[in-house]
Amino acid sequence: MSAVVGGLSTGHPERSEGSRPGDAEILRFAQDDRRRGDGFLRRWTGVVIALAVVAVVVPVLNLVVPVDSALHLSDYAVQLVAKIMCYAIAALAMDLIWGYTGILSLGHGVFFALGGYAMGMYLMRQIGRDGNYQSDLPDFMVFLDWKTLPWHWSLSNSFAATLALVVLVPGLLAFVFGFFAFRSRIKGVYFSIITQAMTYATMLLFFRNETGFGGNNGFTDFKRILGTPIHTPSMRMTLFVLTGCVLIGFFLLARWLVGSKFGRVLQAIRDAESRVMFTGYDPLKYKLAIWVISAVMCGIAGALFVPQVGIINPGEMSPAASIEIAIWAAVGGRGTLIGPIVGAFFVNGAKSWFTQVFPEFWLYVLGAMFIAVTLFLPQGIVGLVRGPNGIVARLRGDARREEGGA
Amino acid sequence: MSLLRSLERRLGAAFLVFLLLPSTAWALTVDQVRAMAAGESDSRAAAIAAAAASGDAAAPAFFQALLDGNVKVAGDKVFVVDGDKAKDAASGADTSLPEGAEDVVNSNRMRREIESAVAALRLLSPDPKQRALALKELKDQPDEGKLPLVEKAYQGETDPALKAQLGLLRAAILVSSSDKAKRLEAARLLSDSHEPTVKTLLLERLKPGVESDEEVRGQLQLALGKLESRLAWGERLGVVFTGVSLGSILLLVALGLAITYGLMGVINMAHGELMMIGAYATYVVQNLFRSWLPGAFDYYVLAAIPTSFLVAALVGAVLERSIIRWLYGRPLETLLATWGISLVLQQAVRSIFGAQNVPVENPRWLSGGVDVMSNLTLPFNRIAIVAFAAIVLAAVALLIARTRLGLFVRGVTQNRKMAACMGVNTARIDTYAFALGSGIAGLAGCALSQVGNVGPDLGQGYIVDSFMVVVLGGVGQLAGTVYAALGLGILNKLLEGWQGAVLAKIMVLVFIVVFIQKRPQGIFAMKGRSAEA
Repeated sequence: MSAVVGGLSTGHPERSEGSRPGDAEILRFAQDDRRRGDGFLRRWTGVVIALAVVAVVVPVLNLVVPVDSALHLSDYAVQLVAKIMCYAIAALAMDLIWGYTGILSLGHGVFFALGGYAMGMYLMRQIGRDGNYQSDLPDFMVFLDWKTLPWHWSLSNSFAATLALVVLVPGLLAFVFGFFAFRSRIKGVYFSIITQAMTYATMLLFFRNETGFGGNNGFTDFKRILGTPIHTPSMRMTLFVLTGCVLIGFFLLARWLVGSKFGRVLQAIRDAESRVMFTGYDPLKYKLAIWVISAVMCGIAGALFVPQVGIINPGEMSPAASIEIAIWAAVGGRGTLIGPIVGAFFVNGAKSWFTQVFPEFWLYVLGAMFIAVTLFLPQGIVGLVRGPNGIVARLRGDARREEGGA
Repeated sequence: MSLLRSLERRLGAAFLVFLLLPSTAWALTVDQVRAMAAGESDSRAAAIAAAAASGDAAAPAFFQALLDGNVKVAGDKVFVVDGDKAKDAASGADTSLPEGAEDVVNSNRMRREIESAVAALRLLSPDPKQRALALKELKDQPDEGKLPLVEKAYQGETDPALKAQLGLLRAAILVSSSDKAKRLEAARLLSDSHEPTVKTLLLERLKPGVESDEEVRGQLQLALGKLESRLAWGERLGVVFTGVSLGSILLLVALGLAITYGLMGVINMAHGELMMIGAYATYVVQNLFRSWLPGAFDYYVLAAIPTSFLVAALVGAVLERSIIRWLYGRPLETLLATWGISLVLQQAVRSIFGAQNVPVENPRWLSGGVDVMSNLTLPFNRIAIVAFAAIVLAAVALLIARTRLGLFVRGVTQNRKMAACMGVNTARIDTYAFALGSGIAGLAGCALSQVGNVGPDLGQGYIVDSFMVVVLGGVGQLAGTVYAALGLGILNKLLEGWQGAVLAKIMVLVFIVVFIQKRPQGIFAMKGRSAEA
């Protein structure tokens, strides 16, 4: 397969002018580690370190180290990092579909929110009779004067069913939508715009009270999960560790996918879809598979997000929210696996700093990021470090020149 | 005097001459005045209705004084105050205001009673315009207290159109009379009505137990049937008009996109923000006119149209030269970069003008509307937008088809390299075309400022819809854009009447997704090899 990827270069069909780089050229450098032939050690050290940080260092710093110590990690910081890790999973999912398959989705927020809503329904039922109206029904239903649970809430009392819904609902929507879209060969910008319309329509639907998802306000005021209170330090840390492990797990899954034959075909589709077709592959299956995988990852990220942040509302489905996921991947470096994670941390870290210190400047910064990344950093932060003209390459080059001189 | 004589003949009642004398002729009795100014709301309302029904000459002035809060009560006496002076309300004689005179307080209900009494009295005004206005006010509230006045006005009315309307008003009152013959006649008369309120009235009368007489019921049913079919036409036309109006707004929005996206292949997510810039340009022009040329305020829109075009086109040209130029051939990146631009522009407007919506006033000639049917009023600003969209469309079509610039744009679109070989400066054409598309967005913003809110989020609401129009219409086609915009507008409004606004929007989006399945290239696909490129 590497022959397909490496051997063929594409001029961009729309308008290839002179030496302007297309996606293929930009992303060529970012092939997976496996092809570079790096050793076992290098491939796993980072993962083990990350696992240790998430599962040991952070819990110890937050729970064991005394509050007045300089090393203490505040609850706020833990919650922020947990939230960003959820975003990182979404960014990773976006990278699989955009960075590796060349399909830009502007509707991933829908999958994220659907996973979140599925989890939110369960958490709403867990409130039980502790809500403001002391009813078995969630507060917003009492407020709307509903007497019984609507049919789509029937599974919400079971945690196992909720876990299944978190996977199935976004997966099913993605499958149906993707099947029809890819079958009629909707590509490129068309696809992006249609996904944006999808998220917009779903947002409108969820804004309605009649849909039965709490309308404008969505779900909030969660009290407990699996019968244990949700606002205790130990529960917070449990969710944090869980999120971290899921993120690392998905990273490994993505690494395996991208390195497999399946992943190679995806990258070939990204670089020259019609040639893949002419070689005898059916791009529909590959695209649909990665599209559904990516949607499910997003749904799981949403399900982890809701209990930690404590609220889910239709705002998560706004076109702006979805497009932001794309910018995390772009800032970090699409077509690399570590890139989207770095990007999610960088952009959201900047966001939480700016919205506290200079709230009015945040949109300028975010807008500038969109422009700067597309104009000057098509390979993102990771490309800045690792790319052909990146810092690492330059350092190595300097070292080699010195060796040669000596 | 001739006026008075003719009125005398017309009205056939000598005392009405007296009514038309200057209103300083005070003729209300002391008891009447006190009953109207003091006491319980119910008894006051009754007294006011009685005074109005009597057609008393002094009543209008007194009602006005009541409405203006110029009436004071001290003991038995009622006074009308005018600045420092006071008059006895009954005699009209100048007196001094006694100590401790209290203001008469009017509840909202009292104000309504007084206003409708004033309107009822105006039915007898010598000026046909005044009478028509009064009728308009009264037609929605047929109540028995006004019957004598309405009868009187009906007898005296000479204008046939007004007389017919008065007859309907009279019938609407009479339909609940205790005399069967009168009810029957009223029901017959009401079948000529065009009023939605008469429908409510008829339905009310047809409720079980309200009208017991079979014959009258049958007549009422008949009247209702006729009225409903007449109203249905008004409603249908109304839906079509709001659909066309929405469609022409979508058309204005999508025309700019049809150039930047359809012809140039640039996904401009900041298109909505260029509209917003056009709307804010209109706002600024409006403010300039208000402070420097208040006399010409009605014509500020005429200055705002070119201004909004130029400002948005300038911003567009700057964007093309500085950012979009470097992203040709990378549509997904263009999408993200222009999204970034849209965020920056929005925030810039928030910093300059504030996050709140700003008020943009309609000039006088754009406010109001034409009454086509009783339940169908076409607002002038909507009509103007439909016309404006048609003019802009014609101008763009001419520009693309007939001018040198249009020729170059088409040439560059079809074959960039060949156009360059023929000596076309393709880079400059790109800038011009993008500026043109942006300028049209500015025009759309100027038009929108006349019908909706102007705020930093103005563009966001339209961007999804307008991309749908372009996608549905097909890329590279102006005709497709027109059909898609009008079609989507009307479809949206039809579904809205059926299922409500949100569901309608969702259905339209689903429809588009399904439609794209069948015709991925839109309504009008480009034929030939360029289609696959």
